[in-house]
Amino acid sequence: MEKRVVFQNRYLPYLLIAPQIAITIVFFFWPASQAVVQSVLREDAFGTRSYFVGMENFLALFEDEYYLNSFKITALFSTLVTTIGLSLSLLLAVTADRLVRGTTAYKTLLIWPYAVAPAVAGALWGFVFLPGPGIFAWLLLQAGVDWNFHLNGNQAMFVVVVAATWKQISYNFLFFLAGLQSIPKSLIEAAAIDGAGPIRRFWSVVFPLLSPTLFFLVVVNVVYAFFETFGVIHSLTRGGPAKSTEILVYKVWYDGFEAQDLGGSAAQSVILMAIVIGLTVIQFRYIERKVHY
Amino acid sequence: MAKVTLKSVKKNYGPVKAIHGVDMEIADGEFIVIVGPSGCGKSTLLRMIAGLEAITEGEIVIGDRVVNDIEPADRDIAMVFQNYALYPHMSVHQNMSYGLRIRGMDKANIEKRVQRAAEILQLQPYLQRKPRELSGGQRQRVAMGRAIVREPSVFLFDEPLSNLDAKLRVQMRLEIKRLHQQLGVTSIYVTHDQVEAMTLADRLVVMNQGRADQIGSPFDVYGNPATTYVGGFIGSPAMNFLSCRVETGTGGPKAVLADGTALMLPAEWTPPAGNYTIGIRPETMRIARPGETAQLHLNVDVAEELGADTLLHGKLGDEDLVARVPSHAGYHDHSRPGLMIDIARAHLFDPESGLRIAL
Ligand SMILES: Nc1ncnc2c1ncn2[C@@H]1O[C@H](COP(=O)(O)OP(=O)(O)OP(=O)(O)O)[C@@H](O)[C@H]1O
Ligand SMILES: [Mg+2]
Repeated sequence: MEKRVVFQNRYLPYLLIAPQIAITIVFFFWPASQAVVQSVLREDAFGTRSYFVGMENFLALFEDEYYLNSFKITALFSTLVTTIGLSLSLLLAVTADRLVRGTTAYKTLLIWPYAVAPAVAGALWGFVFLPGPGIFAWLLLQAGVDWNFHLNGNQAMFVVVVAATWKQISYNFLFFLAGLQSIPKSLIEAAAIDGAGPIRRFWSVVFPLLSPTLFFLVVVNVVYAFFETFGVIHSLTRGGPAKSTEILVYKVWYDGFEAQDLGGSAAQSVILMAIVIGLTVIQFRYIERKVHY
Repeated sequence: MAKVTLKSVKKNYGPVKAIHGVDMEIADGEFIVIVGPSGCGKSTLLRMIAGLEAITEGEIVIGDRVVNDIEPADRDIAMVFQNYALYPHMSVHQNMSYGLRIRGMDKANIEKRVQRAAEILQLQPYLQRKPRELSGGQRQRVAMGRAIVREPSVFLFDEPLSNLDAKLRVQMRLEIKRLHQQLGVTSIYVTHDQVEAMTLADRLVVMNQGRADQIGSPFDVYGNPATTYVGGFIGSPAMNFLSCRVETGTGGPKAVLADGTALMLPAEWTPPAGNYTIGIRPETMRIARPGETAQLHLNVDVAEELGADTLLHGKLGDEDLVARVPSHAGYHDHSRPGLMIDIARAHLFDPESGLRIAL
């Protein structure tokens, strides 16, 4: 399924990718290299001088109980956001795909959350779950739940997962819907004639054909959960209570900008970078082969 | 195996009327070809028989069951789609056995049927391949294999050969014909290709804008087209239609064409005098021999050389006329040959309704 464009002018391709390269260099390579440099330095107490400390920042991290905990939190958080988000959006996409009328309205409504900035999404769900005025909080209280996500770590995790998932559903939905609509109708009809009921058709024909989309979305969602949920967490819980929602990227920011430990923070971001590179390589290398038919 | 009956079957898509009422009786083991131009409702009709489209009005009977409210899976039919609709993530073997596995057939039986179908279709070397690793013709055969293993009572084909190149199409056409002789399963085959239609069909159904204009054997449809539409659709190049006035009088009936040419009609024809459309097939004309008085003279604009034959395109008055003559006759652009017509093979049609006049 490779598509190639052949350019007549040999400089044109470079010109066309130049803006993207420039952006990548300025906003990715340069900061990334700075992080690597920073991660082997330590500043003195006054922040006036920094000196080379080798791997010390990294070693210190692995003795930091909070850092190891942050790993677990990130794993839990990204697993929840990815699985819940993907399942719900797949369900919504399948529903939309079956609709005969009102598809456009349905799609438009489902796309809105994507346009909401993370911080705003956080604030929104913060209100909804705010003990006292929040409507869900009120419902939960009525149901006898001792609700206060500012005090209870599990509840805080629940709220950030809800907010982060909600924001990503539109994106997943769009891709799933496009994936569903690209499956030829005759395949479904052939399966129906072969005797497969709707559920069997879904699992034995539709779902396998969606696997490239699913694979792509898993990568995107994991990366989203790792990095782009900062705004949601910052506006909802600030990593609390008691660091119970402090995912890796939040800790990077907190340690660097609040605790002023630039070296430690840089070391964390280097590790984070390595994790994401590793994840991506593994996924593309080993899984992609299996899902492309 | 089963017979299939359609009783004034109609289909509306909202306000759009796609099928206006089709009646048809298909005998057990018969090969029926539904032919017609794009958009005439061939697929719609087939899909109604398959159960993929709801029937707006009328009744479809397969075997002795009215199937209007029966799911496609339970109609005991198998369908071959134009794009083959193979499951891309399954191997050829899995594609063919999918329907059997769903129906809970035991492994040994499935294996037996798949092997047999693969043998018939020469697919054994490819059983473990995915559809994308096959050529168009092989995919087509897998699609047929998937239908065969089910051993249904009716096969439905929706333009199964239209995605193949010309040579392969001829080959697969023969294979389908052979397969039908071998299995003897009632088959309904949709195509817009009249050669396919003529060669495969026991009986042809010529569709025209949601109606079946004529149902009959290929020979019958070609020889006695029920309407000008059928005459124009079946046969290549198409039948010539000229407006004429029939005069009866001493010396027998004759047709006077627009340019004044008078054609003597067979004496046994007894149409009432009046205006008609006369249909003359290009291949029923020939060049007048030396000494013969030509029945008409054609001003040839273009002589199309086909190899064995030449098509002479010309005008008679302001109406187009095509004659098919042997190439050695040596006519070329802007010649004016004298032509003889095998008038007994011509047809008179009602100029308004287009219906053939029984003579
Ligand atoms: N889902 C639909 N909604 C509305 N109109 C439809 C629908 N499907 C088909 N039609 C109309 O019904 C008519 C018959 O369509 P059909 O697909 O049966 O044609 P066809 O003879 O198979 O043509 P082709 O040779 O191009 O496949 C067409 O005019 C088409 O526009
Ligand atoms: Mg069609």
